[in-house]
Amino acid sequence: MIEIENLSKHYDGRAVVDDVTLAVADGEIAAIVGTSGSGKTTLLRMINRLVEPTSGTVRIDGRDILDQPPYQLRRQIGYAIQGHGLFPHHDVARNIATVPRLLGWDKAKIAARVDELLTLFQLEPEAYRHRMPHELSGGQKQRVGVARALAAGPAVLLMDEPFGALDPIIRAKAQEDLLDIQRRLGTTIVLVTHDMDEAIKLGNKIAVMSDGKVRQYAAPEEIIAAPADDFVLAMLGSGDRAFRLLSLKTAGQAVGPGPADGKPITAAASLREAYAEMLWSRREALPVERDGAIVGRVTRAACEAEATRP
Amino acid sequence: MKISTIIRVLVLVLLATFIVMPQVFSPVFAPLTRFNAPAIYTQTSILSLTLSHLAIVAVATALATVIAVGFAILVTRPFGEEFLPLSRAVANIGQTFPPVAVLALAVPMLGFGTGPTLVALFLYGLLPIFENALTGLTGISPSVREAARGTGMTGWQRLIGVELPLAFPVILAGIRLSVVISLSTATIGSTVAARTLGEVIIAGLLSGNTAFVLQGGLIVGALAVLIYDGFVALEKLAARRMGRA
Amino acid sequence: MALIGLVGLVVLPFVLFRANRIVQGEPLRAWEALGDSGIALVAVLGIALASLVIRTRLSVRLAICGGALLGLSIFVGLAASALIPEGDNFARVSAGSGFWLMAFAFALAGADALARLGLRPLARIGVLASVLAGLAGILMSGLWDDIDVLREYQSRAGAFWRELQVHLFLAFGAVGAAIAIGVPLGIVCYRIPRVRAGILGTLNVVQTVPSIALFGLLIAPMAWIGANIPGAAALGIAGIGYAPAFVALFAYSLLPMVSNTVVGLDGVPRDANEAARGMGMTNGQRLTQILLPLAFPVILTGIRIVLVQNIGLAVIAGLIGGGGLGTFVFQGITQTAMPLVLLGAIPAVVMAFAAAIILDAGVELSQGRKSTSR
Repeated sequence: MIEIENLSKHYDGRAVVDDVTLAVADGEIAAIVGTSGSGKTTLLRMINRLVEPTSGTVRIDGRDILDQPPYQLRRQIGYAIQGHGLFPHHDVARNIATVPRLLGWDKAKIAARVDELLTLFQLEPEAYRHRMPHELSGGQKQRVGVARALAAGPAVLLMDEPFGALDPIIRAKAQEDLLDIQRRLGTTIVLVTHDMDEAIKLGNKIAVMSDGKVRQYAAPEEIIAAPADDFVLAMLGSGDRAFRLLSLKTAGQAVGPGPADGKPITAAASLREAYAEMLWSRREALPVERDGAIVGRVTRAACEAEATRP
Repeated sequence: MKISTIIRVLVLVLLATFIVMPQVFSPVFAPLTRFNAPAIYTQTSILSLTLSHLAIVAVATALATVIAVGFAILVTRPFGEEFLPLSRAVANIGQTFPPVAVLALAVPMLGFGTGPTLVALFLYGLLPIFENALTGLTGISPSVREAARGTGMTGWQRLIGVELPLAFPVILAGIRLSVVISLSTATIGSTVAARTLGEVIIAGLLSGNTAFVLQGGLIVGALAVLIYDGFVALEKLAARRMGRA
Repeated sequence: MALIGLVGLVVLPFVLFRANRIVQGEPLRAWEALGDSGIALVAVLGIALASLVIRTRLSVRLAICGGALLGLSIFVGLAASALIPEGDNFARVSAGSGFWLMAFAFALAGADALARLGLRPLARIGVLASVLAGLAGILMSGLWDDIDVLREYQSRAGAFWRELQVHLFLAFGAVGAAIAIGVPLGIVCYRIPRVRAGILGTLNVVQTVPSIALFGLLIAPMAWIGANIPGAAALGIAGIGYAPAFVALFAYSLLPMVSNTVVGLDGVPRDANEAARGMGMTNGQRLTQILLPLAFPVILTGIRIVLVQNIGLAVIAGLIGGGGLGTFVFQGITQTAMPLVLLGAIPAVVMAFAAAIILDAGVELSQGRKSTSR
């Protein structure tokens, strides 16, 4: 549980982060979205005291972050950044072992943890343990960067544009892997991004920031359905909103009775995918299958009803 | 690559032989002398002059390294940041001081002998090392700095574990520059009676014996080339270990 | 810094007095040398030092440092005049370690203020010019005439100007020759990668030969050329004199010139070069209109390195009879006459200094309006 209360940061009298209050529940992913200069990175960096707040408090599991020296706090919080920040003079294993070493774990425990994480991130330990960072591809560096952040098993992980340097295909894969790992480990994640799609895909909750203020902090569905103001609307991209709404619901949630011809679509697929398939195959409705059985159909009309302004 | 290695080994062997047994080369230098002057400098043994020369350079450079790197560390810490522009300016200005002038100005204060040479070499050696240490320490990529802070390293741990190792190849390049300059400048030290290979060259200049000038110059030149190469190899090794290959 | 100044002010001697050139100097503190006005000087400088500790505006600080330096300069001259008995040609007064230390402290503080001001290049040249003008003013006013260095100057004024000319000729001439040869050589290295390693390697080796050895080694071939090639002697090429020194300086200058030209050309953005090619420029046009202009700041940096280095190295020419300011330095060393050493060394340092500031400003100007703060 991360509780941020009335947090502000002023530089030369100018508020970069202005009276922000929000809470992230255990095991949730909170995505902070905003344009550059919106204060989102500063907000993130105040949580592990890379930036000292001007006023306000941050508590992690009820404990004020000011209660201990910054370096001790940071050892308990994972931190992954854009451009990965791997130490170029240490090999992969040593990079991942950074925090465990700082915490004074014994060698065998560290080695075991490194191998465990490499396996978790689909990097063969034998092959990758002793590679230097410059011998890795962009996607591999990014994975090692996240593995390093998770090395000491932190309850909280902070991520600053972690996928910013990756190309679209690798990014999509990295996002899915992150969701998968997060589900398995139950880590609470605060993630900063400028990409609304990424926020919608990853976040259980999204905080939209501009000019140091949080404009709206809500679940993705709510943000898309009821943007708090014009800025949030602009961040959503008004033209794409219909499709964003469609992508929030699955075919299973919109299934209705009745027959439909042709190839069925799975219940887990989003309505966006279902609608695209109807347009592509010139059908008015698609059969929906769940666990191998047809459970009903989705119609074009149902999709269109879902995608109109509520 | 192969040929250059052979040349290096050859130079090393020739140099070592000359330093230990200079008389062997007497016929080579004889044509350069006039009026039956000796072809090889014998007043002091070349070996002891070489060792003394190297010792002066080594001591001066070691001191300069400690002080220069120490200063560079100080001005890149938060509390010393205020002095960064000043130290840059001083380093920049200091480098315009001719080494001979530093030497000449040190004599009146320290008298003749090894002292002023040591001081001049030390002072002049400071600047390239400081400059490079500064470049190395400030040139570390922001994401690496950020990661070091973010993983919870203390200031001291960041310095020892991240900043110094990453700056090491650049600092080494600074030491190399300083050593090569010092090797050459140390010869001038013999004008103020320091025991260096300059003694051979100056004896040659004073008596019009080109053989002396040549052998003194060649020894220092060969030493400089070999030490330079050694440093470059070391830097490459370090750079590879630092993952900058 | 203020602490250094304080030590200089109170503990160390302000001037040294000797009855003649040879005897041990008698150290005198400021108030011992100047009496009441000395006490006033100490007080004023003390206040100036104290003001450095307090945080003041940069311009105020600069003014205090400038004023203090000026005051120091004037009083050291006055002290010399006061100490030397009328008509005594043997007595010598030299600036003591206290003077130098205080001058150092104020110069450092002034440099700090200047560095923080982050002046634009032309303003920096302006500051340099006014400092030099001030220096010239003090020299011409005769204020320092009783200080030992100028006593030495007075007894050899003719030689001084002659050697200064030789010095400048050696330094600038060698740089000119190095530009004329080094830039084309750099272009060749850039165009033909195969010869690059060879040329740069050779020049690198030349660089490692100690300067006094190279100066000495050139005596014999120069003598031979002077004696055997018609017309060479008429140009002044001979074993003694400036010829070996000139060639040695030229040899040392080549590497920085060539390598900076290559680095500058290499640093030209690929797309600029490609665009020029795509628009149908010939090789020659590309070189003169795109490559050389873009590489110019780096080449100018090379000229700066070489010029500053040559002004310093030309001092060594004095050792082999090549003339220049080094003549005084080495005469001074053999006679253990510090003022004579200073007479040679100080002008060389000032010239190197001025050349560095002017060319640094030039480099910055040629790079366009980049930030002036370092």
